[in-house]
Amino acid sequence: MVKVFGQFLLFLQSMLVRTERVKVIWNRTLDEAVLIGIDSILIVSIVSAFIGAVTCVQIAYNLINPLIPKSTIGYMVREMTILELAPTITSIVLAGKVGSSIAGGLGTMRITEQIDALEVMGINSSNYLVLPRILGSIITFPLLVILAMVLSILGGYLAGTLSGAMTAQEYVEGIRDTFIPYNIVFALIKSVVFAFLVSAISAYRGYFTVGGALEVGASSTTAVTHSIIAILIGDFVLAYTLL
Amino acid sequence: MIEIHNVHKSFGDAPILKGVTCTFETGKCNLVLGGSGTGKSVLLKCIVGLLKPDIGSITFDGTIFTNNKVEIRQEIRKQIGMLFQASALFDSMNVFENVEFPLKMLTPDMSRAERRDRVEFCLKRVGLEAAGNKMPSELSGGMKKRVGIARAIAPNCTYLFCDEPNSGLDPLTSIKIDELIYEITHEYNITTVIITHDMNSVVEIGDHIVYLHKGQKLWDGTKDEILNAQVPELKEFIFSSSLVRAAKRIEMEGGSLEEIRQEPSKDI
Ligand SMILES: Nc1ncnc2c1ncn2[C@@H]1O[C@H](COP(=O)(O)OP(=O)(O)OP(=O)(O)O)[C@@H](O)[C@H]1O
Ligand SMILES: [Mg+2]
Repeated sequence: MVKVFGQFLLFLQSMLVRTERVKVIWNRTLDEAVLIGIDSILIVSIVSAFIGAVTCVQIAYNLINPLIPKSTIGYMVREMTILELAPTITSIVLAGKVGSSIAGGLGTMRITEQIDALEVMGINSSNYLVLPRILGSIITFPLLVILAMVLSILGGYLAGTLSGAMTAQEYVEGIRDTFIPYNIVFALIKSVVFAFLVSAISAYRGYFTVGGALEVGASSTTAVTHSIIAILIGDFVLAYTLL
Repeated sequence: MIEIHNVHKSFGDAPILKGVTCTFETGKCNLVLGGSGTGKSVLLKCIVGLLKPDIGSITFDGTIFTNNKVEIRQEIRKQIGMLFQASALFDSMNVFENVEFPLKMLTPDMSRAERRDRVEFCLKRVGLEAAGNKMPSELSGGMKKRVGIARAIAPNCTYLFCDEPNSGLDPLTSIKIDELIYEITHEYNITTVIITHDMNSVVEIGDHIVYLHKGQKLWDGTKDEILNAQVPELKEFIFSSSLVRAAKRIEMEGGSLEEIRQEPSKDI
């Protein structure tokens, strides 16, 4: 365990020494960001809209006390999605999608000797392959999380008004009630940290794949499981320290 | 010239290379011959620095490579072209981009037009000028090897390493690949090291042959000397092929290998 962590840190260090030209890395980063971002918009949209809708319906179902105003539903949907559901659930979904593709891609490059080919050319392979993936994730995760926030609040709105649990005015009133801008900052900090955890852990797993096609599959699976565990631990640590 | 001095390498407690010393000369096709699992690929990986020898040193034209400063190692690596056993083409790029890649990375001041000319030249050299837009997954094994060679020679390498360039190819394609490597070596005066267990390549292009057996060098010499080598392990290795036995018999009866090679083309 300690050894693996040490190796992980060395891996991150190797990525930062002897870097290739900034222009090359920047272009690669944009490529990766487009790949990660565009590919994930659909799934993130679907998941977050439904999460918002379900949250709204369930809160409405539990709030039967006539003394509590209906706008509380909107308020709670906002707090829950912005603080927790949008960043964490989105990152977990992305851990499955982006994490497995990073680990699978690098694992395949390792076993087919493409990484060796880069090294023989005198290119720092971890810098060229891994750094752009990590930076690309750090750019796209927060954007996807903002999308998720907007869509889950919208999902809640639609579910709440269409099911007749409350009026549109009550929901909007709740959404605007005692809004704390720091919560959004906090959610974005979370998404950046999760982006780093998912991409770095998955890259590490993929980069050090040994064996054949079977092991590439295994690397992807461990990459996703470890990323999700890291997200949950990171979530707790951040909530504890920053809130 | 590449000098290998007393290289040892073991994995865990299994020794693979047990003190290999040999030289690979400039402007020649240097062949490393040996059975499966004798450590040929491991030796090659030690030479290009993908593996680190436990003991011993490797010198490229007088510059020590093993354990030298990273910058010096990088400088040497930039002059190395390598064809991998399974080609190792980048499968996210098409053929053209694969060949262009080392140029883009290693010679940043080359203009786009110069790069395109060079790539087209290299692809033409290996006979694939029409395949530039194909993806590696759309190529046959022989075509992949040729793209691999084009990629290796694109940045004007001084050292060319080929790990089994003709394994898994039919005899005709395999001869073409051998000839290509041979021509390139002599045309550009580069130091070429080829790993093989194909006797055909040995008699075709073996300017200098090193025979490895169980992690040790047992013999070295030229293709003209190899049929008369007096090392029992090597003799067993060479004459396991009945084709070579037949060739040897013809030679002993006074014919020459050159004549045999000419024969089929006369018939056609
Ligand atoms: N990374 C490694 N870890 C452990 N053992 C290895 C490793 N690489 C090679 N070996 C062992 O070293 C020995 C020599 O392998 P090598 O690949 O050099 O054989 P080879 O001579 O190239 O054979 P072939 O002609 O079949 O390619 C084998 O027994 C192999 O199991
Ligand atoms: Mg081999």
